[in-house]
This record gives sequence, structure tokens and C-alpha cells, in this order.
Amino acid sequence: MNHIDALVKQFQKKDIKAFETLYKMYSNSIHGVVNTIVKDTVISDELMQDVFIKAWNNAESYSSSKGRFFTWILNIARNAAIDKTRSKAFKQSKQNLDASFFVDIIVSNSNLEQQTDAIGIKKFVNQLGEKCKILIEFLYFKGYTQKDLAETLDIPIGTVKTRNRSCIQKLREIVL
Amino acid sequence: MDIKAYIKSGILELYVAGQLSEKENQEVSQLMQQHPEIHQEVLEIEAAIVKLTEATSPHAVKFDALKDKITETKVVALKPKTSNWLSYAGWAASIILAAGLLWTLNTKNQLEEDIKTVATEKQTLELQIEDARHSLAKTKDLLEAIRAKDIVTVPLNGQGNFDTSYAKVYWNKNDNAIYLDAQGLPEAPKGKVWQVWSLTLNPLIPTSLGTIDDFNSDDNKIFAIANTNESQAFGITLEPEGGSETPTMEQLHTLGIVNTTP
Repeated sequence: MNHIDALVKQFQKKDIKAFETLYKMYSNSIHGVVNTIVKDTVISDELMQDVFIKAWNNAESYSSSKGRFFTWILNIARNAAIDKTRSKAFKQSKQNLDASFFVDIIVSNSNLEQQTDAIGIKKFVNQLGEKCKILIEFLYFKGYTQKDLAETLDIPIGTVKTRNRSCIQKLREIVL
Repeated sequence: MDIKAYIKSGILELYVAGQLSEKENQEVSQLMQQHPEIHQEVLEIEAAIVKLTEATSPHAVKFDALKDKITETKVVALKPKTSNWLSYAGWAASIILAAGLLWTLNTKNQLEEDIKTVATEKQTLELQIEDARHSLAKTKDLLEAIRAKDIVTVPLNGQGNFDTSYAKVYWNKNDNAIYLDAQGLPEAPKGKVWQVWSLTLNPLIPTSLGTIDDFNSDDNKIFAIANTNESQAFGITLEPEGGSETPTMEQLHTLGIVNTTP
């Protein structure tokens, strides 16, 4: 059993220290994902914390057969953020929601300067092809299905898988 | 199994994205445990995605802020205890209310019972009033009958051993009726009745006018009796219950002769 799996097990036993460690590992990611969806830092602050509270309160419902812990919490985050964008109050306050992608957020993100691999990430997104941008945006940030993507990009479903792999390969070369 | 081909297929990237079915998830999870290369691959994909998504975060939020909220939710979780108190109070209130309702119901039933009793008493009183009116009317009728112009009064005197007995007959020949005032007769003993006789004297022929079956229970002891006979005298004897064909002379208590010259 590796480090993350052990942490998750402790977290499920309501070990707040384990929870804090997992929070430090993933809170910025989750914050980023909800921010990419709602495009509002105040709302995303609140949402990100709600996601972790939800995870804490429903810790026992997670099992490794459902996928990675990160994937599980990522799912909670996407659902919470999408629910938020569908709420009446949100729609009224965000009538002209801009269509910017995660790449635009990364490029203009001043917070990123504090991260060690900021330059690498920015370089990566600048080099990223249109199809990779859409694949990563939809698969990881928005949680669209392969079928949705195949239709949007007008490529066969099997191609979605391999195309995405090559996009992620490039990312790994730069950030890892 | 060709592990390299499996990795190359891109399924693990979709696994991290959460795009696989539950069955596929279980499959990947199992393969990760069996093959360290697959496990390593998944960890690297995840790490890359974590890095990428981190880059879109507007700023870091400290865990302490969340910790407070979790503690707050714990306080919220304690709230049921206060609402427990509330629910106890609620129960207590409903018990008091129920007791109050029962008491009210009880009182209502009691009052209804009282009303019934009073209603019964009222009915009894009404009956008594009616009786009194009736008896007053009867008395008036009687008085009128006795006072009528054509009335013949026949005093019946005690006979032999019964000389303390007396009676009076008021005879209205137009009505073919006599009114017997038998106040001077004792109560009929058990198994006996008073029998009234109309008599002609020459020859002596007794004709029964009937028995007074309700003598003992009658209040004013005045009895209206039909009489179509040309009576010359009236007698009263004590006879066995049901009456007799002819008067038992030893039991002749009173006798009176009609005074034909008014």
C-alpha cells in the first residue's frame, strides 16, 4: 500500500491530520477546477471548501473500486460547481459568462508566479494544440464524456482516448 | 496481458479523469495492484493533472479556515440535543394538552349528564303538573256533577258490625250515572273487592253495578259508575276478588235508600 492509499484510509477513519494532508495535496487543484467552471474567485473559495466538507462528511462512501481518491473529490467538485452555475441566482449575476478556457486562466494567473513550475506550465499551455485544449478542458475540468467529446471534436471515440493520452504525455514531460 | 499496450491505450488517463464505468474502474484498480508499472503510470498521470489544475487556482486557502467549518458542522451536529430539549418540551406540551382535552371532555360529559338529569326532572315535573291539572279538571267535573240540579243524594250508612263505615251516592238520573263517594270505607283487604249494588226493595232484587277494583289506589275515593236501573237503594258489600253474582249479606257494609221525594 502506498502513501496516498494509506492517507485515504486514515481519512476515512476521520483522522483530521490525514484529511489536512490530503487537503494540502489537492485543495489547489479542486479550487482551480471550480474556479474554471464558475469563473468567480469568491464563489470558488466557498465552493472549494464546501467540496472538502462534503468529502469529510461522506468519507465512508468512498471506496477504491470507485476510482482514485483524487478522481472522487474531483467529481464532487465538478458536480458542485456545475450545480452552482445552474442556480438561478448565479445565472442572474453572471449573464455574460465568458467562454474562456483553463488555458486563459493559466496564462493570466498571477497566483501562478509563486509556483515553482509556473514557467513550465505556461510554456505547456502555450504550445498546446486546440484539440488538446478542448480534450483536457472537457475531460478533466468539465467532466464531459468521451462520447460528448467525440461529437464535439468530430473524431471517433477510440481516437479520444489515444489523442488525450498524447496530450497528457506532453504535460507530464513538462511538469514532472 | 500486454501491459505496455494497455498503458498506451489511454484508458488510465480516462481512469484519472473519472470517465470509466464502475466495472472498468474495478478492473483498473485490480490491475494496479497486480502490475507496478500500471500503478506507477496512474500515479504519474494523476500528479500531472493535479499540477495542471493547481495552475488554475486563484489563490491558496488555508486548511484552518476549513477546520473551523468542520468544527462548526460538529456544533451543528450537536444541535439535535437542543432540539431534543425542544422535542421533550413539545412532548410535554402535547401531554398537557391531551390531559387538558381529556379533562375538558370529562367535564363536558359530566355537564351533559347533568343536563340529562335536569331534563328528566323537568319531564317528571311537567308530568306532575299535567297530572295535577288533570286531577283538578276531574275534581271540577266531579264538583259540577255533584252540584247539578237534578242530582239525588243518597247517604249510605254503616250496617251491623260496620257502623263506622259510610258512603254517599250522587245519582244523576239524566246521565244514567252515579258518583260514589266511598271515603268512609276502609281499604279492601287482600283478595277482596268492594262491589256496588243497585237494589229494588219490593221485591228485593240486587243488581250488580260492578266491583271497584282500583279502590285502594284511588286518591279521592270517588267513583263514577254507570247505572241504568230504577234503583230504590244502593248497597256496598265486600266480595272475593272478581265479584259475586249475589251480594254476601254478612259483608254488607253500607246501605242507603233513595229518597224518592226530593
